[in-house]
Amino acid sequence: MNRLAAGLIAITACAVSSGCAMQAPKPWQKGVLAKPEMTMAGDMLELKFNDHTWTSKEASFGGFGVGGGGCGCN
Amino acid sequence: MNPSLLRPSRHAIAAALLATVGLLPAAHALEAGQPAPAFILPTADGKTVSLAALRGHYVYVDFWASWCGPCKQSFPWMKALQAKLGGPHFEVVAINVDEQQADARRFLGDAPAGFTVLFDARGATPAAYGVEGMPTSFLVDPDGKVVLVHQSFKDSERDALAQKIAVLVGGAQP
Repeated sequence: MNRLAAGLIAITACAVSSGCAMQAPKPWQKGVLAKPEMTMAGDMLELKFNDHTWTSKEASFGGFGVGGGGCGCN
Repeated sequence: MNPSLLRPSRHAIAAALLATVGLLPAAHALEAGQPAPAFILPTADGKTVSLAALRGHYVYVDFWASWCGPCKQSFPWMKALQAKLGGPHFEVVAINVDEQQADARRFLGDAPAGFTVLFDARGATPAAYGVEGMPTSFLVDPDGKVVLVHQSFKDSERDALAQKIAVLVGGAQP
């Protein structure tokens, strides 16, 4: 009976603690994320400017926004 | 308590725990050789098309969305594919996964299809096919088996992919 109680407590704890967890959207659910207004930078010109600085300072580029509209293909 | 009675409940608890934390393995992408999941989906004008009704054809099932750049590139290519191979042996069926059908209609206004376009806003079909990126396409043989899986669409691949499909489809023609 103790085991049953422990099991129930464990299940309840997991259910409650994962209540706020969000599953990553599936590839076909990224329509909203792919909208231009969903990029982290508010302004495309500012993003390009920052990207340019990043490229020259870090010798690398990219990694911002959702490539190819979140297709997962490039 | 009889220990043998406890065993299934332990499994049940373990499964419940895994399920609550979302660790159960997700559905895997379909691979060549596996049967293609059935679908019955509506067209823009309210008709329905099912995969079962296309038995006996090679069906090129493509999953696309209006917000996906490579999908736009793939449309003229699929149109050409349908024009070249379409008929009693081959059919292009493009399944739109946009949540708002209006987005898809706008897309189709810019790039007229010339092949069958179906709509699945709920995403049940891409889930059944285990789509891992947009676009993903599956060539289904006349027996309903997947023979080719292709993810993404790049300009550099268009000729090779068309060639591969033509060879697979051509082999079935009398």
